[in-house]
Amino acid sequence: MVELSGIVYTARDEAHLRMMDEGIPFDPEGAAIFHCGPVVVDERIVAAGPTTSARMNDLSGFLLDAGVRALVGKGGMGAGVVGQLKGRGVYLALTGGCAALAASRMTLRGVYFEDLGMAEATWIIGFDRVPLVVGIDSHGRDLYAEVDTHAKEQFKRRFTL
Amino acid sequence: MKAVSRSTCRAFLEAEIRLPGDIRRAISAARDAETDTIARGELQNILANIDRAEDMKLPICQDTGVPVVYITLPPEIPLDQGLYDAVAEGVRQATAAVPMRPNVVTPLGRENSRDNTGAGMPAVHVRPGPRFTITVLPKGAGAENMSRIAMLLPSQKDRIARFVVETMLIAGGKPCPPVVLGVGIGSTFDGVAALAKEALLEPVDTMSGFERELCDAVNELGIGPMGLGGKTTCLAVKVKTAGCHTASLPVAVNVQCWACRRATVEVVL
Repeated sequence: MVELSGIVYTARDEAHLRMMDEGIPFDPEGAAIFHCGPVVVDERIVAAGPTTSARMNDLSGFLLDAGVRALVGKGGMGAGVVGQLKGRGVYLALTGGCAALAASRMTLRGVYFEDLGMAEATWIIGFDRVPLVVGIDSHGRDLYAEVDTHAKEQFKRRFTL
Repeated sequence: MKAVSRSTCRAFLEAEIRLPGDIRRAISAARDAETDTIARGELQNILANIDRAEDMKLPICQDTGVPVVYITLPPEIPLDQGLYDAVAEGVRQATAAVPMRPNVVTPLGRENSRDNTGAGMPAVHVRPGPRFTITVLPKGAGAENMSRIAMLLPSQKDRIARFVVETMLIAGGKPCPPVVLGVGIGSTFDGVAALAKEALLEPVDTMSGFERELCDAVNELGIGPMGLGGKTTCLAVKVKTAGCHTASLPVAVNVQCWACRRATVEVVL
């Protein structure tokens, strides 16, 4: 369990696709990507829990290659991303749905791609000691995969054909 | 019809900000029973978030969902297009008032309507009833996307439990466990999915023997809060059944995340 402070950039499906096409609008070196579509009202973050990271499984490689070091989201990511994080980055899990709690530790600093709409734009957010769990580390260890392996064993135990 | 719009808006305001008591109690009990540090921490975060949302009048989750509405109509109220239009207007009002994130898009072009309405949205279901009530079930995509349906054979009754548990095995942490599972059994291809969603309106304080069995089986998987491992993967399973064709056994599982948001408002004319 860790706490993260500093600037992060939100990106969901559309922002990833836009950046793949048109380039990354911020300096990706050492940056953190936050899988989130916040609710923003009057330039304030009202709600900002994480979205399902797995949708970005095939969209994250280019960001990590460009120097991004942390992906913040929920639910884990595919084996491909686990491999891509090895030696250079981590996946940090924020408790899903905890939008109000998350917002209390975040400030809005700016936005890219506003035309993509509120959910899909790339919001620049300042994190202040946001509590996170290391779900995938930079040594190839994946907590979600461990849970999944155990769950499959439990399932087989109960439902052998 | 202005009363219908206002009531719809009030219902969404309530549902998005205040989690129903039965759900909160179930999450609290899960936290008390949890011994793993990370799992307990996730449940603590959820409970802290629920409190903060209620105190600050903020949405519980940033995915404020798509608008699903159930109406009970007393005999003296006509069922006409005006009713559906009034509910849609209520959704527009709620989008600004809560605020709700604009989530509704056209399925192919992905154009956002910016007010949570669209073709077939809000999804409105009407039944006769003694009182004029509007119940809303704002439904997010994370858990909804993990839902499944199967047309089993009548001889495969013993496969129902496997299908339900397998749904969560495949979903893992993606639907923000601990979840509530709405299960439909019977009806038709489209009807069984509707039953599964209606089951999510049922209070989770009690479960039948069959519901309890399914819930325990899911918990045995050990997926835990947010898929990080733990004792509680499923807060409750609720089952709704309906008559079906002699040659069919439709089964549907509608997955609902821990933020099982629902609220009912009576329309006073």
